Amino acid sequence: MITARLTVNGEQREVAFRPSATLLFVLREKLGLTGAKPGCLNGDCGACTVNVNGTAMKSCLMLAVEGLNQTILTIEGLKDSPVQHAFIEHFAFQCGYCTPGFIMNINSLLKKYPEADDYTIKEFLSSNICRCTGYQEIEKAVKSLLKMNREDRAGLQQDV
Amino acid sequence: MQTYDFDYYLPKTVEEGIRLFQQLEGEGKSPVYYSGGTEIITLGRLNLVETNAVIDIKTISECKELTVRNNRLIVGSALSLTAVEERNLFPLLSKAASGVADHTARNKITVGGNICGQIFYREAVLPFLLADSDAVIAGKNGLRKAPVHQVFNRKLMLQKGEFLVQLHTDQRYLTMPYVCVKRRQQWDTGYPLITLAVLKTKTEIRLAVSGLCSFPFRAFEMEKAIGQGGPLPDRVQEALRHVPQPVLDDVEGSSGYRMFVLEHMLEDLISRLEGNHP
Ligand SMILES: Cc1cc2nc3c(=O)[nH]c(=O)nc-3n(C[C@H](O)[C@H](O)[C@H](O)COP(=O)(O)OP(=O)(O)OC[C@H]3O[C@@H](n4cnc5c(N)ncnc54)[C@H](O)[C@@H]3O)c2cc1C
Ligand code: FES
Ligand code: FES
Repeated sequence: MITARLTVNGEQREVAFRPSATLLFVLREKLGLTGAKPGCLNGDCGACTVNVNGTAMKSCLMLAVEGLNQTILTIEGLKDSPVQHAFIEHFAFQCGYCTPGFIMNINSLLKKYPEADDYTIKEFLSSNICRCTGYQEIEKAVKSLLKMNREDRAGLQQDV
Repeated sequence: MQTYDFDYYLPKTVEEGIRLFQQLEGEGKSPVYYSGGTEIITLGRLNLVETNAVIDIKTISECKELTVRNNRLIVGSALSLTAVEERNLFPLLSKAASGVADHTARNKITVGGNICGQIFYREAVLPFLLADSDAVIAGKNGLRKAPVHQVFNRKLMLQKGEFLVQLHTDQRYLTMPYVCVKRRQQWDTGYPLITLAVLKTKTEIRLAVSGLCSFPFRAFEMEKAIGQGGPLPDRVQEALRHVPQPVLDDVEGSSGYRMFVLEHMLEDLISRLEGNHP
């Protein structure tokens, strides 16, 4: 067992875990953050996606010990974000099991590529699986956010 | 959800990594080097990897190097596939890497892990096989540099306790014309039915393949057949006679289907590079 501090959703959380424990396990079972979902546990489905230093990571493919000195963001740390609103507006979920993973992936996409083209959107979204097949609605939600980004930028330029 | 138990070590230097391996081995542990860790975690959960100590090499600076120095591209083994894609210093490598798994998984899967892994597709090795790269390997006697063709035969042939530190590639290869296509059974992500990478040098067409057999390979004999004169379909037929056997016959595709797909890929990709494409 090691006892260490993990920075999760802006808080330092002291936690004891085995070095072989995945980040997904520690988030859910030790920190009570159950937003990241266990799906395949094999890197295929993306339900467990979180952000580590702003990059999307499948938390089943990462040891918690690798998260030391990194900034971890889970769905619980995203409050009232544009991605969450876009999901509601575009009916981008049905059962909702895949939703936290998709949202964390899209959150990272928008931070890294605020002007993402169709190819980049497809690249990112193909990392997650939706068993309810809500892909079109999810894509619409992403595109609405990118459109908003573009309009904001155009507005800013006119203001200048 | 918990993987099996092991201790975790994070050496800062190549020497410390090697020393740790020897020490842990001496203590009767069975250490393994850990890079992205995705295979160790996922196969470990299925009891297909057994270790009680992992040595994480990703804070060793040499393993994270990505630069061009003295006309050589240096690619550190612990770089994630997306890091290599984003810098795009070697477009053929970016293309081959971008076919592996999916974008989020590639934030974690590393170049060295892909090349040294048990999962036999090892698609990231194809560009290095085509570009006659060198592998820099660390072991108890320090660093050694060897042509990739000498040390990669179906898999990277490492001595116990050795690890891959870097791959070095002559800068001339970075800008040569290439095509790299991955055909899957279905969907846009997943293991290859066949991945074919083709590079055109001043004098020849080079071929490297993954997914056709249970190992990736540079197809020297097939290249010779393609290099002969004559119409392309005839040269492709001759090349197909030099495919290593056995060809995979599994859920991704039968061996007959794989050969059919390969034939068409060879005709298509080579004609694109030879400039006869309609
Ligand atoms: C969801 C998913 C999809 C995948 N899809 C593909 C695909 O389409 N194509 C493909 O080619 N592969 C694919 N893979 C396989 C993947 O590329 C390999 O499993 C690879 O080993 C993972 O890299 P890693 O850095 O995480 O390796 P790790 O888990 O760190 O290591 C894997 C093995 O290599 C050894 N190793 C790692 N680095 C070194 C080094 N520098 N020197 C010596 N030994 C080392 C380790 O000891 C271990 O035995 C996929 C894997 C996943 C999880
Ligand atoms: S649970 Fe992590 S990718 Fe499916
Ligand atoms: S909404 Fe049900 S799995 Fe995606």
